[in-house]
Amino acid sequence: MSDAVNDQRGRAPLFLSLPAILLFTGLLAIPLVLTLTLSFHVFDGMKGIQPALTFNHYLKVFTDGYYYELFLRTAGMSLCVTAICVLIGVPETLIMSRMRPAWRGTFFVVILGPLLVSVVVRTLGWEILFGRRGPINDALVSLHLVDGPLRLMFSMTGIVIVLVHVLLPFMIIAVWGAVQKLDKRIAYAARSLGASPEKVFFRITLPQLMPGLLSGAIVVFTLSASAFATPAIIGGRRVKVVTTAIYDEFLHSMNWPLGATIAVLLLIGIVCIVVGSNRFVERRFKQVFS
Amino acid sequence: MSTLSLRHLSKSYGHLRIVKDLELEVESGEFISLLGPSGCGKTTTLQMIAGFVPPSSGSVFLEGQDITHRVPEKRDMGLVFQSYALFPHMTVSQNISFGLEMRKMQRSQIRDHIDEALQMVRLSGLGDRYPNQLSGGQRQRVAIARVLAIRPRVLLLDEPMSNLDAKLRGEMHVELRALQRRLGITTILVTHDQIEAMTMSDRIAVMAHGEIAELGTPRDVYDRPASEFVYRFLGHANVIEGEISSTNGNSAIVRVGSVALPVDVDESVGSKLKLCIRPERLQMSRPDEGNIRARVVTRLFLGGVWFYELDSDVGSLRVTTPNTGADQPEEGSTVGVTWNRQDMQAVAPETANV
Repeated sequence: MSDAVNDQRGRAPLFLSLPAILLFTGLLAIPLVLTLTLSFHVFDGMKGIQPALTFNHYLKVFTDGYYYELFLRTAGMSLCVTAICVLIGVPETLIMSRMRPAWRGTFFVVILGPLLVSVVVRTLGWEILFGRRGPINDALVSLHLVDGPLRLMFSMTGIVIVLVHVLLPFMIIAVWGAVQKLDKRIAYAARSLGASPEKVFFRITLPQLMPGLLSGAIVVFTLSASAFATPAIIGGRRVKVVTTAIYDEFLHSMNWPLGATIAVLLLIGIVCIVVGSNRFVERRFKQVFS
Repeated sequence: MSTLSLRHLSKSYGHLRIVKDLELEVESGEFISLLGPSGCGKTTTLQMIAGFVPPSSGSVFLEGQDITHRVPEKRDMGLVFQSYALFPHMTVSQNISFGLEMRKMQRSQIRDHIDEALQMVRLSGLGDRYPNQLSGGQRQRVAIARVLAIRPRVLLLDEPMSNLDAKLRGEMHVELRALQRRLGITTILVTHDQIEAMTMSDRIAVMAHGEIAELGTPRDVYDRPASEFVYRFLGHANVIEGEISSTNGNSAIVRVGSVALPVDVDESVGSKLKLCIRPERLQMSRPDEGNIRARVVTRLFLGGVWFYELDSDVGSLRVTTPNTGADQPEEGSTVGVTWNRQDMQAVAPETANV
């Protein structure tokens, strides 16, 4: 009797989640599995993809210094973007939390702006700004801050600036939640216990923002590691990162298996970092914030 | 010399005057309460003492030194908030240790101070817990231990018991008072809870509209309030309005409707005044005895006391009488009401300055 009831109950959730399951199977799981199998197929320059299986692509990526450098460059870029987003985003969120509601709303729109603009339009806009004769270089040169125009287009500096611009909202949204939970009386208590405003910030306020800051950092890091359009347009053919390398393997060298191999490794790398950081955040802050 | 003195302390936001020309001298080791309804300026006053709100005018003196413009971290004052304001990312020990580290104390000494502070608030053994693993009462104790560990020159309590349930609050009142006496620490409590103020304080400053309406020992302000506001704010009060019909030295006859009441008051004939008397100072007697007659409208049994609402010749009266086990008048019956003449006091009418 009770089994029958359980049976009925047992099926309902399955039926209800079926559309979502089908969607994710069709659009995520199957392509991922296909990419994974693709990465093990033999590739022949003349005959294309062969049915035979091999581990050679992985071996190549792991032994060739070129790919090593590629992954390191991408990781460095993502770390740099994340660090700058933290350095700008945390103070910016704290300042915004002290603004009057009307101003706060305005600045939220300004900050979320980049997300509302198509990636192509936004990036091409930066291309205009970044040119040798673009407004940024013109201003720097005429103010005598630099001797000659800086190379912003086709440079890592340019990619990092544009990625910070578009990923900063994610950091601010993540930190905003933590800022809302701050009790100013906690800071008051710390002051009256003898802490200067700087000590209060580093020992009391910032640690309370850490959970938000870390989750924001995870989002920013993964999104910059997997960003494609920005490095492709701003970096061009000069600055290659993992995503643009994958694109080149697929569409220029036509070496799909190798492209798939790099894609799989990028995915594994990102998943490891996300899971690792999540573990760290949970272990470190479980008892503290609930 | 008093430990803390507030001289002509004022705070205004635009045209809004929150605190008006406040004068207060707090003696060393004294426990003083700022008691008043919300919006009376008591918390603003505390914030000015702690240094978080700059006064618009006036000054704060601590042990003879003008500290009006001193930053909060250099004032040596301990603050306990209603929300406890514990550092959520630190253990209990780390919370207590924070103030000591800021004072550049040696590691080994800090350990001793933490143990001592935990012992004081009876939380020994809980040093490694985080605040959200503690009950409300325990958090409150940590907040107290954290400020006592730094041995502040003045302890400031901002409605510290409001988040505790009634029973725990009562226990904390007694405990905190005993601890304060033992350490001899000068303390200022801000509260709207009159029981809290009365059980713990040496003196109470009743505040209204940014001013101290009355300052004195709990017994003074309860038994001999100078204004109707204080009478009504502290406990219950029966207020009777009347007019003096004849005088004789320091006593007068006050007419209230058809009744004439003899009162000790020094006013001229014809002046209108308000008479106040506490519910527990009225006694019910047989109908043919007593100063006036009344009919019992409501009778409530509250355990320790009986509560009565009477409809009398001078208007509605509240009476409380201890539950001694004897039978008490029933609802609807007629009783006489008596009181001692000195318990009925004439008060200044409520001032309407806002």
